[in-house]
Amino acid sequence: MTQYVILEGVIAFFLVAGGAFTFIGSLGMAHLRDFYMRLHGPTKATTLGIGSMLIASMLYFWVVDGKPDIQEMLITLFLFITAPVSAHLLAKTGLHLQLRHADKTLGMPVELRKEEVGEKPVPHPDKGHG
Amino acid sequence: MIASRTWLPTPLLSVLLLIVWLLLVRSLHPGHIVLGSALAIAIPLVTRRFWDVQPNVKRPWLLLRFGLRVLGDIITANMEVSWLILNPWRRMRPAFIEYPLMLESRFTITLLANTISLTPGTVSANLRMDGKSILIHALDVEDEEALIAQIRERYERPIKEIYEC
Repeated sequence: MTQYVILEGVIAFFLVAGGAFTFIGSLGMAHLRDFYMRLHGPTKATTLGIGSMLIASMLYFWVVDGKPDIQEMLITLFLFITAPVSAHLLAKTGLHLQLRHADKTLGMPVELRKEEVGEKPVPHPDKGHG
Repeated sequence: MIASRTWLPTPLLSVLLLIVWLLLVRSLHPGHIVLGSALAIAIPLVTRRFWDVQPNVKRPWLLLRFGLRVLGDIITANMEVSWLILNPWRRMRPAFIEYPLMLESRFTITLLANTISLTPGTVSANLRMDGKSILIHALDVEDEEALIAQIRERYERPIKEIYEC
């Protein structure tokens, strides 16, 4: 019996942690200063948040059904594949649109300097698709 | 373009597809294994033209260790970013950083860019057209050089060891 109590505790912990991380990620999106900083919340905090919730789900159904079920791992896998790509594309779009960034930001990328934009792109030296 | 025109141009991808299929249908019924295998053969053949040349994994064990390290870093990254967001007295020092690349092939650069996006307070923002450097946006930077050195040591060097040399 005690093992169920412990498992309940573990599942509850993961659920609460997941919820908290997801919430913090969204909070970051709401109140950070500029576009590029806001991008950090959803890409990281949310990934771990959903990961924890899925672990909780896996544990729960393992205990209830009595057999391990790792289907939820697929969601984590897809999320880990897609999150960085979408973040990269969003950041790139932001740079392309020359969105303003917080004044204290260090470093000035070429993309945000007016005079450099519009330069002819240099193709990647890699042979690629030929 | 992948040169070989065999039935299994990317065996690893095929195995992965079969596993994903079996997980999706949640069954090990022979029928599903046959269907999954058919898909695992057909999908790489259809999408082959979209794939870059897959570099060979030279040292699978290092790849496993690298994966675990990244997983650990994702967890600490989340803690750090959450704390930065929550802490009301925070003094964030966001920065754009030019990261000079040591890697050369497209596949490994993609892997590195993804890793950077998933780990502590950094998002890869743009890959330069000449493939020589990545633009990174970092949430809180104390020392630019230290961050570059950290990425170089923790991620880029292992990736290079695994795939390129």
